[in-house]
Amino acid sequence: MFLDGFGSLIMAGTWVTIELAVMSLLVAFVIGLLGAGGRVSTNPLVNAVATVYTTLIRGVPDLVLMLLIFYSLQIGLNKITEALHLSQIDLDPMVSGVLTLGFIYGAYFTETFRGAFLAVPKGQIEAGVAYGLSGWQVFSRIQFPQMMRFALPGISNNWQVMLKATALVSIIGLADVVKASIDAGKSSYRVFYFTVIAGLVYLALTSVSNLVLMWLERHYSTGVREAEL
Amino acid sequence: MYKLTVEDLHKSYGTHEVLKGVSLKARAGDVISIIGSSGSGKSTFLRCINFLEKPNAGIISLNGEAIRLEKAKNGELHAADHKQLQRMRTRLAMVFQHFNLWGHMTVLENVTEAPIHVLGVNKDEARHNAVRYLQKVGLDERTYNKYPSHLSGGQQQRVAIARALAVEPEVMLFDEPTSALDPELVGEVLKVMQDLAEEGRTMVVVTHEMSFARNVSTHTLFLHKGLVEEEGHPDQVFGNTQSERLRQFLSGSLK
Repeated sequence: MFLDGFGSLIMAGTWVTIELAVMSLLVAFVIGLLGAGGRVSTNPLVNAVATVYTTLIRGVPDLVLMLLIFYSLQIGLNKITEALHLSQIDLDPMVSGVLTLGFIYGAYFTETFRGAFLAVPKGQIEAGVAYGLSGWQVFSRIQFPQMMRFALPGISNNWQVMLKATALVSIIGLADVVKASIDAGKSSYRVFYFTVIAGLVYLALTSVSNLVLMWLERHYSTGVREAEL
Repeated sequence: MYKLTVEDLHKSYGTHEVLKGVSLKARAGDVISIIGSSGSGKSTFLRCINFLEKPNAGIISLNGEAIRLEKAKNGELHAADHKQLQRMRTRLAMVFQHFNLWGHMTVLENVTEAPIHVLGVNKDEARHNAVRYLQKVGLDERTYNKYPSHLSGGQQQRVAIARALAVEPEVMLFDEPTSALDPELVGEVLKVMQDLAEEGRTMVVVTHEMSFARNVSTHTLFLHKGLVEEEGHPDQVFGNTQSERLRQFLSGSLK
């Protein structure tokens, strides 16, 4: 076979990459929504916290942040366990990877969502309020479905960057597709070949996700697209 | 017994006082038109009634039940009981100048949204009622699954009126409902509003349509710089105008 028996290793690595990317996406998505809520909030403290978060995270390289957050997570946890006289709990690299990536990309999602929230006409929300919808209903039934149309191009972009940034976790000890292909390359003395394979895996993943995102963009454009026909 | 009373409403934006004590009383079946030049505070007044704008002082009551209010730090009044406010809002349906139909929902979904998700009406019943109200405003089944952007302005505003009717409100609030329409579409919306008035619905209408104010409403308020300059039965207000400002306003708007 063309993977020289390293097929299962590469497959396992690919799976780690997918798992990491999808779970980080969920974390970043939720942080992004909360952060955007903070950025458009009229409460000065909430607003300041959200602004500091996005400014700081977006201004420092992912790799630096990853090392910082990854090690500080463990150190922080150690301090807590020491204070409570418990034995050390080792953080699962997958969990720390997801939290780290989610925290970093949450800042980018915050800005994406902030712009999208501001793009929804005020009258749409007013109508919801005027008809007695609760705050949560206005958000989930009107604001969210309408802002997704404006957010999706940004989300697509963030997702692709984040998917590729998962490669950075190989330095914190996760056996993702990059780590797997390096290992395979070293063992078989065909480093170039297996690096190309890793590249192709990313290309395949981004291509498939583009299809999903295209479908989502169509879905959230109902009511707009049809009028343009 | 009044359906809706507003007493001594004040509203300021910063130091600029937009409403300087405006009152209104509506009995069942009253159609109250509010006229005035732009900047007179008439839209703000209407939007304060259902708290889309927060007034600084005043009492708003529906069927004798006052909205419980508390003063916030910035001087605005806030609803003390959000559940009560939400309930009162569904009794006061608003029709907006720019329709504000929800763009991602079909016509039918727009009309059934509040009945299903706020009032808890079951889906079949809500749909059944929606069709009835849509027919009432002259829209047939070809429009029901269309999105608002697919309709003309006049059709959109009629859907918005059906959406208001669908919550079976005590009082309907109209905020310049024909101002954003092309001239040839104004008539179809006014016709629907006239039918509603004749049915005995209680309506408060902010309008630039003097013929509507004169011929359909039962009471007219002329606002000028945040105060009621003149009010009364339209025959009186239009036929025997007392204030000089109203006379100027009317001669301007009849040109």
